[in-house]
Amino acid sequence: MNLQDLKTKAQKLLESNTVNVIIGYGQGSGGEVRPVFIRKPADIDKLVLNDKCVQNLAVYLTKHEIKKLGKPGIVAPLPVTRAIYQLMLEKQIADGEIVVLGIKNNGIITELTDNKSIRSFISDVPSELTSEEKARLSEIKSLSQQDKWRYWDEELSACIKCYACKSSCPLCYCSRCTIECNQPQWISVPSHLLGNMEWHIMRAMHLAGRCVNCGECARACPMGIPLNLLTQRLSEVIEKTFGTSESAEAFYPLSTFNVNDKEDFIR
Amino acid sequence: MTERKIINKASLDELFNKLKSGGKRIIAPRDKKGKIIFEEISSLKDIASDYIQTTLSPKQTVFPRYEEILSYQFENRNIKIDKETKKPVPTVLFGVRPCDARSLSTLNAVFTWDYIDTSFTSKLENTTVISISCSKSDEYCFCTSVGGSPGDTAGSDILLTHLDNDNFLAEIITEKGKAILLSAPELFSDKDKSASGGKDAPAVEKEKYLAHVKPYFDVKELTNKLTKLFNSDIWEEQSLRCLGCGTCAFVCPACTCFDIQDETNGNYGERFMCWDSCAFALFTLHTSGHNPRETQAPRWRQRLIHKFLYQPERLSVYGCVGCGRCSRACPADMNLLEHLVEIMEAQ
Amino acid sequence: MSNGNIYYPYLMRIENIIDEAPEIKTFRLTFIKENEGKNFAFKAGQFGEYSVFGEGECTFCIASSPTRTGYIECTFRRVGRITGALAEKEAGDIVGFRGPYGNTFPIDNWNGKNLIFIAGGIALPPLRCVIWNTLDLRDNFKDITIVYGAKTVAELVYKYELEEWKNRGDVKVLTTVDPGGETPAWKGEVGFVPTIVDKVAPPSANTIAIVCGPPIMIKLTLPILTKLGFTPENIFTTLENRMKCGFGKCGRCNVGEYFVCKDGPVFTFAQINTLPPEY
Repeated sequence: MNLQDLKTKAQKLLESNTVNVIIGYGQGSGGEVRPVFIRKPADIDKLVLNDKCVQNLAVYLTKHEIKKLGKPGIVAPLPVTRAIYQLMLEKQIADGEIVVLGIKNNGIITELTDNKSIRSFISDVPSELTSEEKARLSEIKSLSQQDKWRYWDEELSACIKCYACKSSCPLCYCSRCTIECNQPQWISVPSHLLGNMEWHIMRAMHLAGRCVNCGECARACPMGIPLNLLTQRLSEVIEKTFGTSESAEAFYPLSTFNVNDKEDFIR
Repeated sequence: MTERKIINKASLDELFNKLKSGGKRIIAPRDKKGKIIFEEISSLKDIASDYIQTTLSPKQTVFPRYEEILSYQFENRNIKIDKETKKPVPTVLFGVRPCDARSLSTLNAVFTWDYIDTSFTSKLENTTVISISCSKSDEYCFCTSVGGSPGDTAGSDILLTHLDNDNFLAEIITEKGKAILLSAPELFSDKDKSASGGKDAPAVEKEKYLAHVKPYFDVKELTNKLTKLFNSDIWEEQSLRCLGCGTCAFVCPACTCFDIQDETNGNYGERFMCWDSCAFALFTLHTSGHNPRETQAPRWRQRLIHKFLYQPERLSVYGCVGCGRCSRACPADMNLLEHLVEIMEAQ
Repeated sequence: MSNGNIYYPYLMRIENIIDEAPEIKTFRLTFIKENEGKNFAFKAGQFGEYSVFGEGECTFCIASSPTRTGYIECTFRRVGRITGALAEKEAGDIVGFRGPYGNTFPIDNWNGKNLIFIAGGIALPPLRCVIWNTLDLRDNFKDITIVYGAKTVAELVYKYELEEWKNRGDVKVLTTVDPGGETPAWKGEVGFVPTIVDKVAPPSANTIAIVCGPPIMIKLTLPILTKLGFTPENIFTTLENRMKCGFGKCGRCNVGEYFVCKDGPVFTFAQINTLPPEY
């Protein structure tokens, strides 16, 4: 990971006023990293770049407190870039509104500003689960229907409804989430098992076809619930049923309708 | 009135079994897939070991995540209300840290201020707190900055300090603690019967076995500082990375904000009290659409000023015990201690 | 309140419903358990949490006077979930009530003074209680003036009571509608509330002003009162804030060091001037 290259590029963007703020990673507590918002070129040394830089910073792009700071440049390892691409598909970010400092696994940093260049940047590294994630997922898939319920009953009874998952997910940007509606109160507020199930199932469904599998929800969860497994599973189902976003021009399945769509899931 | 005794691990096991067979529910820290939470245990073997602080606080014992206040039944146009009179379960809260024991006084101050929440007080009355002092701490701990310490006895009925070998110093602090002592006096001794020394309990140098948590600031000065900082732009800067979730409020042993919700299924329903957080965007939203705290900055400010200024002024308790859970659990690494130190240094 | 549990409501029957204005209703509630009604007392300014079982609770002031016992009244506008559910109720239905909470208008301190009540739109209900309270103790006070306005004639609440107050003879009542809000039959004033106040306010010396209305009305009325010589300690109002528990525990209505449910809802402007703008 080339930190110096990143700093140089980021500093230039600030100095030339191409961007007003660099959203990146800086030194955090306990040897970890944390999000930083650099507005002055002189502060550029606050940036760090290492394998601890995994928090999905794209979540800040839709927050109005951050938008107020001006046009952002964002340090974007692959999962972050994928999230940004999805946000662009969903018209939350327009071409030219941000500068993405895309970082591939080989450490090379590329400046990207529009939908097309971001798309070609991420398309040669297809999103894939780690072998550990694959093993975990197939373990659960192999359970009987009853045992699957038991597994999720146990995991989700630990949920305290803190909504760290929603707050840290770059694609949960609705200004009024379904849980915040009280006419009617679609999702229970107290953290009993039924309410927790309602929340997580609803969230997974709302993310179906959109989730970029960055795993931020599971990392943010203070109770260590593997929430990304739910959305990963749905991503799999969507891919199988509707094809992948790699296979067509700028489309994500549940937002479009095609007369030739398969209907074999209606039973 | 604090009495000092010595108890060894084997006797502690026996005491545990005695309490359990006497009908008490024992709640202690348990490792659940790497996260340490408070749960009912059936043996001392189940207790988590080798951790600095638990993930969730023990406040759930006296202030549950959600609790039924009443239930209602619709019968045509008539409504029947059922009074929720669950008897509290006699409980021993075992293995909490001194900071958590301290937090009980903050919870108590809120729930007994003016109007007394009898559901809370009956739970607290039926809970005996056996704390274990801290031999380790980390960079997130700051109990000594807010009036506590790794060996503080406030809020505990019995405080255990791990000495050498398998021995614990047991400080019997309250009447409830004494009742436990008197229920099994043979398990406690006056002398530390370890191979070397055999010190009298009163002479044990407790401080030798405690962690060192350096004080970062004087909390009274912090309170004073906050009176001048309401309109500062420090709040916007500090809250930039805050994601507005409820993690900090929910893991905090001293946070008490709650919501009241009705849930109906057909003709029957329940009214619940459940945890809430001032960090949520819609916490203060009026039905008219007006929100007094529209961005994260005033919400972050409210959190700190409430804990360190409004609450101590009003109820003479601080809303923070320096346990560090909020900083450890925060998905955006807000680190409360760092922010407080920054505030102390602010102009 | 019963059973010693502070979260339990009294069970109330809706005795009477009055349609005041579009989307605005007044309920008269009686206690289902008569002895609870007999023992119930409150003071002007206090509020309660009104329950629709199955939907939740909602905060309104008690709009009837404490001098009239055995029932309480509340007036509300349909704006959200609970008020929507309340608006669907019929006479004879059961609702819940927790209270009385909050502080009160210090009426005893106003003996021998002039009073001017200034209200706009849906903000007359919080004042109705204290107006009736002072009228029921009429001899304690000197001149009483009521200035009340709404956008249109249809939106005036307590129309019949305004008549009753006018016809008493010992109260000066001016009702007004915004320019353009009058009907051909309208015989009252036409003009914004602050303008009318400027015309009719009694001398500020020895006068207490009680103001309640939408923020814009308060914003424009305060300078007029200041111009006329009123000091912030002598101008009272009621604050609203999002509430749930009503007694200072749930944390929602915290403004500065105050809880609107405990230190309010009645505040003087001297107090309000010290509050951060978080309400």
